[in-house]
Amino acid sequence: MIKKLKSPYWPLHLMLLPGLLLVVIYSYGPLFGIIMAFQKFKPAKGFFDSPWAGFDNFQYVLDMPDSARILWNTVIIALFKIVAGFIVPIIVALLLNEVRKDVFKRGIQTMIYLPHFLSWIILGGILIDILSPSSGIVNQLLAWVGIEPIYFLGDNRWFRQVLVMSDVWKEFGFNTIVYLAALTSINPSLYEAAIVDGAGRWKQTWYVTLPGMMPIIVLTLTLSLGNVLNAGFDQVFNLYSPQVYETGDIIDTFVYRIGLIDAQYGVATAVGLFKSVVSFAFISISYYLAYRLANYRIF
Amino acid sequence: MVERLTTGRRVFVAVNYALLLFMSLLCLLPLIHVLSVSFSSSEAATAGLVKLWPVEFTASSYQFVLAKPAFLTSVGVTLQRVAIGVTVNMLLTILVAYPLSKEVTKFPYRTVYVWVFVITILFHGGLIPQYMIVKYTGIMDTIWALVLPSVVPVFNVVLLLNFFRGLPKELEEAAFIDGAGHWTTLWRVIVPLSAPALATITLFATVGHWNSWFDGLIFMNSPEHYPLQSYLQTVVINRDLSLVSSSDMKSLMEVSDRTAKAAQIFLGALPILLVYPFLQRFFMKGIVLGSVKE
Repeated sequence: MIKKLKSPYWPLHLMLLPGLLLVVIYSYGPLFGIIMAFQKFKPAKGFFDSPWAGFDNFQYVLDMPDSARILWNTVIIALFKIVAGFIVPIIVALLLNEVRKDVFKRGIQTMIYLPHFLSWIILGGILIDILSPSSGIVNQLLAWVGIEPIYFLGDNRWFRQVLVMSDVWKEFGFNTIVYLAALTSINPSLYEAAIVDGAGRWKQTWYVTLPGMMPIIVLTLTLSLGNVLNAGFDQVFNLYSPQVYETGDIIDTFVYRIGLIDAQYGVATAVGLFKSVVSFAFISISYYLAYRLANYRIF
Repeated sequence: MVERLTTGRRVFVAVNYALLLFMSLLCLLPLIHVLSVSFSSSEAATAGLVKLWPVEFTASSYQFVLAKPAFLTSVGVTLQRVAIGVTVNMLLTILVAYPLSKEVTKFPYRTVYVWVFVITILFHGGLIPQYMIVKYTGIMDTIWALVLPSVVPVFNVVLLLNFFRGLPKELEEAAFIDGAGHWTTLWRVIVPLSAPALATITLFATVGHWNSWFDGLIFMNSPEHYPLQSYLQTVVINRDLSLVSSSDMKSLMEVSDRTAKAAQIFLGALPILLVYPFLQRFFMKGIVLGSVKE
């Protein structure tokens, strides 16, 4: 019985090996690459031979006139998305819950889930077409009721609104799923008891449905905390232009431009590191809260 | 439950239906509008006559797009990345999910491995370090740059390992008693039983690879290596004239920029629309899978 002397775990280790190896290279490698934030990085010299720069890269960003504005844009866009993207799905789930005809309900669900599965390239292309000030159908409709054409994607007074609304448009349907699942798990006898006690529809919603959804509401809200610096790179990158940098330039787009367009690798890494550290703090807090409040664990 | 319909209730139901219908149209009509534009004549589209039905129906913008070598090449690259990427994703997801689905008592190293993967979702190196690693590992401008950096989708691993945990323990124990090792048990017992979960994750991975565009944009040096969505990014979003050849230019005049863009948008969305019925059936399950926790 030589086999017994060997660790019984080796097949399990072996299964993990390929995935682990690639994760170490492509996820942990970049973590090591963070040292670029403290270097005057030259790609030809690599991580090991580039000269050190101390905190110069950070100082450089702090001295830039735009940095406060970019941080503010990021936070304000992200917060509006979190709030709007949190409220709308709950309302829609409650409305869907009142629909008794299954065919109608399924039809609605099919349509509102769709935008979630399309990329921001497709949706961005659609938005650019329909919001165009010259030929877009939205401005045609506005002209119909006597409103002057609005350059939604090129006007700083409108750009953030477009970002928040189109983000809600993409995700609200899909985000109703978790709430609808929670609604089906509410014990029907609670409603019967409420009716016996004389509760009408509104009171049933208020005293039975909403409390039944509370755990999942708390969970989604705490988990969304981790997104305070995620203003949505895919979306912003495909909709913005230099005219709306003032209201729409966010950390991620800024990192892309100074890093990959201007090739200021060290500076861009420093900005990215700032975002990673702050996000890490928020994500950790949110997971901890989700664990304490809703007994949620990732693994 | 038979309910008496009061007037208030009737009004509510009517308003509710109207509201929900309005929201669904909001999701659908923009797509229908763009589809109509793509099938309209360039004059009608440029004059803004198209609403929700093609005006002066023509498929010429599709002929133009489908005859463009750059478009077809990018479709080829996308098909390649989906084929390779999804296969590798699935293989590694299964191989990682199985050991991690074991209880700590059965596999004491589980905790360590879990942390290795959890840290990757908590803390990112950021765009530039990731770019440099891809550069230094020599996969820049190859299909592997689109596959390897996101090769273990941790959330899919979580979905799958939760599904594995929901399977009856007796089956696995029976396999062990019959002398099967972990490998045999995984491929002969666990995987065949997990078809619904695997189908869900395969679809997620496919949609993910189909929709990815940023990696193509930054990791591919030459436009002929762009996957479809990256290519669309350059022509539909950022009109990069350098990618338009002179012969394209000539036919572009006949096709109008707007209808050609509309046709490309629609073609880029088409595969998603085609698998959508399956997606919808599976992702509800997928979400439910993810919420099953012990």
